[in-house]
Amino acid sequence: MTKKMTTGTVVTIDGSLVQVEVSDSASIAKGEIAYIVHGDERIQSEIIKIRGQIAFMQVFEETDGLSLGETVEFTGKQLTLELGPGLLGSVIDGLGNPLNLLFEQYGYQLLRGKTARTIDGAKKWPFKATAKAGEKVAAGDTVGVAREGIIDHKIMVPYTLAGEYKIANIVGNGDYNLDDDIATLEDVKSGRKEIIRLSFLQPVKVPVKIGRQVMPKESMVTKMRIIDTLFPVAKGSSFCIPGPFGAGKTVTQQAMAKFSSVDVVVVAACGERAGEVVETIKEFPELQDPKTGRSLMERTVIICNTSSMPVAARESSVYTAVAVGEHYRQMGLDVLLLADSTSRWAQALRELSGRLEEIPGEEAFPAYLDTRLAGFYGRAGALKLKDGNMGTLTIGGTVSPAGGSFDEPVTQGTLSVVPTFLGLSRARGDARRFPAIDPLDSYSKVNVTVHPAQTIQKLLATLRRSAEIKEMIAVTGLDAVSMDDYVIYLQGEFADRVYLQQNAFDDVDAACPVERQKEALDVVLHYLDKKDYGFEDKKAANSFFRRLMGEFVTWNSQAFNSAEYKTTKAKFLAA
Amino acid sequence: MQESAIVQPVRTIQTRIDAVNGDIITVKANAGVAVGDMANVGGAKAIVVKLDRGEAFLQMLDGARGVFTENEITFSGRSQRVACSEAVLGRVFNGMGEPIDNGPAVTENEQSIITPSINPASRKVPDNMVRTGIPMIDVFNSLVESQKIPIFTTSQEPYNKLMVRIALNTDADVVILGGIGMRFEDYDFYKTSLEEGGVFSKCAFYMHQAQDSPLIALQVPDACLTVSEYFARQGKRVLVILDDMTKFADAMKEVANAMDRIPANRSYPGDLYTQLAKRYEKAVAFTDGGSVTIMGVTTMPSNDVTHPVPDNTGYITEGQFYLNRSVIQLAGSLSRLKQQVNKKTRSDHAPIADYCAGLYADCAEVRELKSMGFKIEEFQEKLLTFGEKFEARIMDLSVAMPLENALDEIWKILAETFTREEVTLKGQLVDKYWPAV
Repeated sequence: MTKKMTTGTVVTIDGSLVQVEVSDSASIAKGEIAYIVHGDERIQSEIIKIRGQIAFMQVFEETDGLSLGETVEFTGKQLTLELGPGLLGSVIDGLGNPLNLLFEQYGYQLLRGKTARTIDGAKKWPFKATAKAGEKVAAGDTVGVAREGIIDHKIMVPYTLAGEYKIANIVGNGDYNLDDDIATLEDVKSGRKEIIRLSFLQPVKVPVKIGRQVMPKESMVTKMRIIDTLFPVAKGSSFCIPGPFGAGKTVTQQAMAKFSSVDVVVVAACGERAGEVVETIKEFPELQDPKTGRSLMERTVIICNTSSMPVAARESSVYTAVAVGEHYRQMGLDVLLLADSTSRWAQALRELSGRLEEIPGEEAFPAYLDTRLAGFYGRAGALKLKDGNMGTLTIGGTVSPAGGSFDEPVTQGTLSVVPTFLGLSRARGDARRFPAIDPLDSYSKVNVTVHPAQTIQKLLATLRRSAEIKEMIAVTGLDAVSMDDYVIYLQGEFADRVYLQQNAFDDVDAACPVERQKEALDVVLHYLDKKDYGFEDKKAANSFFRRLMGEFVTWNSQAFNSAEYKTTKAKFLAA
Repeated sequence: MQESAIVQPVRTIQTRIDAVNGDIITVKANAGVAVGDMANVGGAKAIVVKLDRGEAFLQMLDGARGVFTENEITFSGRSQRVACSEAVLGRVFNGMGEPIDNGPAVTENEQSIITPSINPASRKVPDNMVRTGIPMIDVFNSLVESQKIPIFTTSQEPYNKLMVRIALNTDADVVILGGIGMRFEDYDFYKTSLEEGGVFSKCAFYMHQAQDSPLIALQVPDACLTVSEYFARQGKRVLVILDDMTKFADAMKEVANAMDRIPANRSYPGDLYTQLAKRYEKAVAFTDGGSVTIMGVTTMPSNDVTHPVPDNTGYITEGQFYLNRSVIQLAGSLSRLKQQVNKKTRSDHAPIADYCAGLYADCAEVRELKSMGFKIEEFQEKLLTFGEKFEARIMDLSVAMPLENALDEIWKILAETFTREEVTLKGQLVDKYWPAV
């Protein structure tokens, strides 16, 4: 439906919330994008509430210098993102502006009202048609592929096109840019024509799941031993990483972005430090993706809305990220979305809610926080696509709980919707036990582990018992525990030190493949099951395990299957 | 600068003030009044903070006491500005950028203190160490150009002394000092120490005193950071000291409550994180040279790190120094960027720092055991000796020496306390640096 452009005038400015009066005949919608016209600046905003002739708008930029009476132009469209080849490897802000291009064109500051197209429209992509004229298609159906670096980017019928279409014509194989017409579709019922190009605009807040959602069955291997072994993540499932500052949320996420067994990684840097994003931007192009042998950046999309960038755009940035993820899922790929941090996103909701003078919930978060969290994580999922292929989108979010306590609305709201909880503990962080995922508090409800259940049970039981004995020692002293208990305590410490802990800064230990995990587990189990230690006293037991830990940690950084690796392993198992 | 595209004319209106609520007055606003504009209300300064259906809400910077309801208001048509030029160096201003050192006003190159955020694409990965001459920083948690890092401490700790030490010793080109809620005695201590140390000519001081309006407190970090950004764009390495950011947050709380904002945790406004981050994120190293490094003071009420101000700060900054019992503690202090620079100093720097931190933690455990009456072994006795020497010769806040000397001193302490075999550092390092006693 096309409509005449609606305009309005600004009547209230309160921080990032602006109220706009429209004429009584105007038709406006929640979620509609509008621009405040301020001189030659066009300032983007979104309707979040309507009352009578007043549109309440969240402004995606700062509102300083705006006056009452300024004109607002409504677009009739929701917040959209351009989806097409060229997204991989890009760094865009929460609204889809590529940051490098903004830097080249406007200098070091993010100037208000300055935008740029998400993907380079002029770049040509090698296109191969897979559908023929006369075929019938619907939303999400593929008409061809364009080679985008490491993947075949499927050119699909836009997700928002309802109904059935006939392909009236389609171009031959060749190089095309984003603005070239690729195919013409004809609505089977009305005969209305739609043009297909390599890219299209997709409303980011509208979930896309074309196909049949199925149970996630496969494990998403992270090459982090504690996750893959004890708290696995399933492809198409979701997980959260809550933790206080300094516990290593960012390092954990960066490691997952680097080593996870997926095709595409979307990183949403949402309200966090700019420096960390810069590290990723500079480091990823230098790192090699073991799967494709190409630069890691070629499988990565970074959505960057750091803490000092406008808060309303931060609210949108997670949706922008999930829209990118869903797009690649529709191509039959495994996608991992990492959102750092969902707390900052929740705080953005809280700020806007406060400005709207809504009745505050717990800690002044809006009452709909849980629904929004569920809506976000609910966009994860494993899809059986129409062509029979599987596509998955896994969503992981970090949570930065106030005061480091998990008993707060964002952590609790998240825990009620995600099946895998990787809780980072300050105590483990302070003790430099990294990754600081708490082995006793964390859990995973997905049944996709790559290791035998029996092994995991044994490991967990030892860790639990060891922790109990440790407490006992702290209270009653060393002399009060039996030798057997003391050995269990040491076994737990040993398993923790050499298997659960992993050195993210060691080239070898940073990524531990499943095959290697199995061999390491064999050795760990060998020492957990062993009975005949025959220690003279506790001191002897202690020094035995200390030495063993030292040797094992050295083993962890020996290249997998190298000669020295094999020698060390044999020595462990012979003892 | 996020300057208004439309230049608003200066206009004066004779009007009635409709409401006075706290330090906020409400007047009829004519078209053309913009959010963020400065205004003059019968000779007193005010800022337009909100516009609502023909009414403007103005914050009176010096308080609303004594402002008559029939009054003349002049809207300047521009936001709060601060002079950005070499002329600010060696000078002291209040939060509004007006001199308070009896010198002439500085009006060169005035820029709005509302600045757009920095495009992450223009940042580089920082790799230059900022030397402070304080071993607990240089050796254990190196300060890195472009880092934003607070000192977590309590009001009774000597954090001003520490800041002055850093300002005196730093090799930064320009030092910008922002005082927020500062007592006169502390201000005078800063100024006198820097003058006597002969470095005041590279400093500019923006000072909000404890008795000034909280609204001016809110201006100080922005003024400091706008000036800093100007110098950084000139290729200068700038160090900004903001003392005390907890008072900045408290001022925000006071103002937000007066504006009827819904409070979040412990009555701080819901955007505490965003507002703190907006300031700290001005720390930057530009790809084309120039940098801003920010050291803040965060006083923690009751030494509680989970209080909303240190808690939110910790999530924003790249580590923190924990100043407690008059020393920078090893436990609780962290520089997230030290890895970027420690490999470029001396080969023993990172390993010995880690090793010493481990020994000192062991020493703390032994102290606890001893206090509980446990029997102490010979090696544990050595740990206790190590701890004492380490505290006296490295940790003490009065210790000042370059990084290399501090490393040598640590080796000396190790050699005096332990046998060579007891030191489980990598063999090559011990061979190279073990001092001849």
